[in-house]
Amino acid sequence: MELSFSIQGGDFTRAGHASSEVKKKLKQLGIDAKCIKSIVIALYEAEVNVVAHAWSGDIRVEIDKDKIQTKITDKGPGIPDIGLAMQEGYSTASKKVREMGFGAGMGLSNMKKNTDVLNIESVVGEGTTVTMINYF
Amino acid sequence: MPATPIYHALKVDARKCIGCTHCMQVCPTEAIRVRNGLAAIQQKRCVDCGNCMRACPAHAIYVEQDDLDKIKAFKYRVVLFPSVMIGQFPEKYTEDQIYDAVLKVGFTHVFEVEQPIGFLKDSIREYRRRNKKHKPHISTFCPSVVRLIQLRYPSLIDHLILRKAPHDLGAHFAIEQLKKQGATEDEIGLFYVTPCIAKMTSVKSPLGEKESIVDGIINMNELYNRVMKIISTKEAPDISDQREMLTRDGILWSLTRGEAKHFGERSMAIDGIHNVIKFLERLENEEVPELDFLELRACDQSCAGGNLMSGNRFLTVERLENRAKRYPPAFKFKDHPVQQDASSIKQKLVADKIQPKPVFQLDEDRERALEKMNKAQRIICFLPGIDCGSCGAPNCQALAEDMACGQAKMSDCIFLQQLWQDEHKISTSKALQNVERKWGKDRFKADCNKRGKRNEGF
Repeated sequence: MELSFSIQGGDFTRAGHASSEVKKKLKQLGIDAKCIKSIVIALYEAEVNVVAHAWSGDIRVEIDKDKIQTKITDKGPGIPDIGLAMQEGYSTASKKVREMGFGAGMGLSNMKKNTDVLNIESVVGEGTTVTMINYF
Repeated sequence: MPATPIYHALKVDARKCIGCTHCMQVCPTEAIRVRNGLAAIQQKRCVDCGNCMRACPAHAIYVEQDDLDKIKAFKYRVVLFPSVMIGQFPEKYTEDQIYDAVLKVGFTHVFEVEQPIGFLKDSIREYRRRNKKHKPHISTFCPSVVRLIQLRYPSLIDHLILRKAPHDLGAHFAIEQLKKQGATEDEIGLFYVTPCIAKMTSVKSPLGEKESIVDGIINMNELYNRVMKIISTKEAPDISDQREMLTRDGILWSLTRGEAKHFGERSMAIDGIHNVIKFLERLENEEVPELDFLELRACDQSCAGGNLMSGNRFLTVERLENRAKRYPPAFKFKDHPVQQDASSIKQKLVADKIQPKPVFQLDEDRERALEKMNKAQRIICFLPGIDCGSCGAPNCQALAEDMACGQAKMSDCIFLQQLWQDEHKISTSKALQNVERKWGKDRFKADCNKRGKRNEGF
């Protein structure tokens, strides 16, 4: 089972679309509610990250019988220091984004907390690829 | 989980149904399909919101109700109704005139259910104090919302406040009062007048309690019609003692914000089932700020917009708000002798745990569910995405899922059939036969006398 979505940078009104769609599918598969919640929270954070920081992005979701793998690839500024970005409360979000209630610096750490595997690769000036795996 | 069948009050009258898809398109849980030219409600998906009944132009969707003659079996015949019932009558009828007419229908006692509302309020407060973990707490007042959460948002089930509804409060209070007058429990017949289908279902197959306390249930619009026929325009005897415990808070309880204003620093009230769904989606994704209390109601304007109500919902709210001003607030009864009954009635308001019922699973077995999902995804490539409903399913996605589950065929899609005819894969007469099988024989022939020819209100 594969799903794909595209994200437009700056389009906060659409953030959450992919996570809602994925949630619907996981419910149809009868995945445990707590597990769905973790996946949806992590995916929502990832969506918001692309919307808030990058120019555009793609989400590819692969659902197997025992796991879900999500790959979020964006074209954007990239993350110079991933270790620093992982710290709770660290944020490079603009004032404008913060005023909208985002950019509290919890995104990546929240994703870490809610996934079994989290892998981040980034090239400054080009973009970031986030891979998340959750086992059911 | 024991699979006890859920009673649902909504029924389709096969003689009246014209198979027009209006109901199917408005169902919030995609519980309706058209088969053989008739709407069919999938019981396990139904949340009794009544959207289908409101949308039906042929009045073919109806609710069953108990025979009013059932009351004759009891010495004490008690009618329990929510305050909104008063709100739907024109202002020229006083409360006493309405009470008097209700008694003339055949009852011996009249009790509005929201009394003494302080008992329920305290009981909910106590629950919230003891269960701080799952916030925001969600009210279980609206049975449609509770079912929706069971079916579609099982991860939120622990947020539900395990307390019963005002009709339970009113019922226990009425029993206590009558016992004081010398009645025994089996002499008392309690009949609840419901403003909506969901409450009807919840009395017949209660959520969070083993069996309902009420002996029978009456459609509010049925009682409204009966009362309007016999109501006197002259002054009526004063029987206000039967609403002695009625308060401002009780009268407003079933209106929007009626509960929310009492609980927590940050509480919200949302009415309208589609608004509720949108909010629950967000809540499940943790896309909402920290909230204390949620009052969620399936009907616009809450119970004033109940689907068995006769009056205009906004006028009903207006009359009730005016009425509420004349009644004391609940705290005025803090030191009243009625408080003697508080602890025993409060105990009876505790509800059992509510179990999730996830019905949207494609298969019990995850691997098979995944296969079906893949199949549906392949099928959707061939469907036009018009969501016209001509296949008898509410949209193309639902048809694809029905097909993956073996409940529909490719030929159900009229556009695919058209394409197949063009490609000479299917004959025109075979295609027509397929459509007739779905929508009924001779359905497409010109006939000025056919069913539903004059469905005013389209």
